[in-house]
Amino acid sequence: MKDKNLKHRDQRIDDALDTSGVRHRATFKQEWPLLLLLIFVWGALWQDFSAGNLLFGAIISIVIVNLFPLPPVVLPGRINLWYCLKLFAWFLGQVFVASGHVARVAIVRRKKARSAVIAVPLRTESDLVVMTVGHVLTLIPGSFVVDVDRSSSTLYLHYLDVNSDADVEKARANIHDIERRLIMAIGSPDEYEAIKNECGPDFSSRKPKK
Amino acid sequence: MIEIAVWIGGVMLALASIACLWRVFKGPSILDRVLALDVMLLIISSALCLDMALNRHTDYLLFTVVACTLGFIGSVTVSRFVSDQRNA
Amino acid sequence: MDTFLEALAALLLVLGSLMSLIAGIGLITFPDLLSRMHAATKPQVLGFLLLFAGLIIHLRSWGLIPVFALAWGLQLLTAPVSAHMIGRAGYRTKHVAKETLHVDELKQVISNHSQTTGTTAAVPPAKPAQNDEPEST
Repeated sequence: MKDKNLKHRDQRIDDALDTSGVRHRATFKQEWPLLLLLIFVWGALWQDFSAGNLLFGAIISIVIVNLFPLPPVVLPGRINLWYCLKLFAWFLGQVFVASGHVARVAIVRRKKARSAVIAVPLRTESDLVVMTVGHVLTLIPGSFVVDVDRSSSTLYLHYLDVNSDADVEKARANIHDIERRLIMAIGSPDEYEAIKNECGPDFSSRKPKK
Repeated sequence: MIEIAVWIGGVMLALASIACLWRVFKGPSILDRVLALDVMLLIISSALCLDMALNRHTDYLLFTVVACTLGFIGSVTVSRFVSDQRNA
Repeated sequence: MDTFLEALAALLLVLGSLMSLIAGIGLITFPDLLSRMHAATKPQVLGFLLLFAGLIIHLRSWGLIPVFALAWGLQLLTAPVSAHMIGRAGYRTKHVAKETLHVDELKQVISNHSQTTGTTAAVPPAKPAQNDEPEST
């Protein structure tokens, strides 16, 4: 067990350089969302949310989590439910747009569909935010993750329907917009302040002001 | 009304599965094939959803959950296998 | 109201199937593996959402919602990961048609890395671990 007080960046560098194969163990404080999720899975599969069933689910979850330990996820320690809700609503809308976009490109542009692999350096340092940005951008129009550089939080994306350098810049701005939304919802307090400063007082508007 | 919807949907799913099979047959690499089969699995679970709607039962419900997991494990396994340079 | 719900369910079922059709069309028409990945992931997720919503409305059984949430959540979590894994494997094993790419900013990173280590299977090189970030504590 290494030092428990690792900061985000330190732990990321530490993990990236660590070739010894020694795993960090998660503490209960880092693991309770996973436990809740497993209990929910148990209840949903039985379609029975009575107390006894959930209790048995909890026992099984604890056994599973201890038998198959995962590397800990560093939680940012801040969550804004209102922004989470807004993010989710926006995300649902974008999922609809994404399918329309794919359909349009598939039917209209056919074989001529050109694309790009671009590098997008993110501002965040948290693994959780990087991962969530990757998941969200895979499901919204245009992009999916080809590769990740963990130590510098850089995502390498495949972007559909890119025909000019202006499109590339637009794509990058899009990804930064997703990142801004996510940091507002679940980013650590420092990153939240940084976003606030960067985008001015009107930081929750649709487009980030430059 | 639901019968008509299921018919239309069924025809669409049939066309989609033909497209997938064509890609499986044609696909230049194993990755194209595993991708097409992944979509095929989802088409099958969509068809089961239509059947559940038509015949008003929920027997296949858990299959749709399992199908998500199966498709995921399948494509991850194959892509791990392909990434290994000895098999490329 | 009942007729309205029936019509809504029917519409959702048709739209959900349409998403599968879009995925199929995309699989045929897109020119390379990485573009096809878009066709395979995005309509799947939406199609599943619509089909399940249609099913729940048609059967009027709200007890299905947790199962639906579980299945859809699983899909949200797994679809990007499998797309990433396939895309990464495809990129590294040269299954990508480079002529359809407008720019390619990953090529240089990987070729730099292969020269230093002689492998293409590892992650891109980490930047030197300097604590040059102003905040992060």
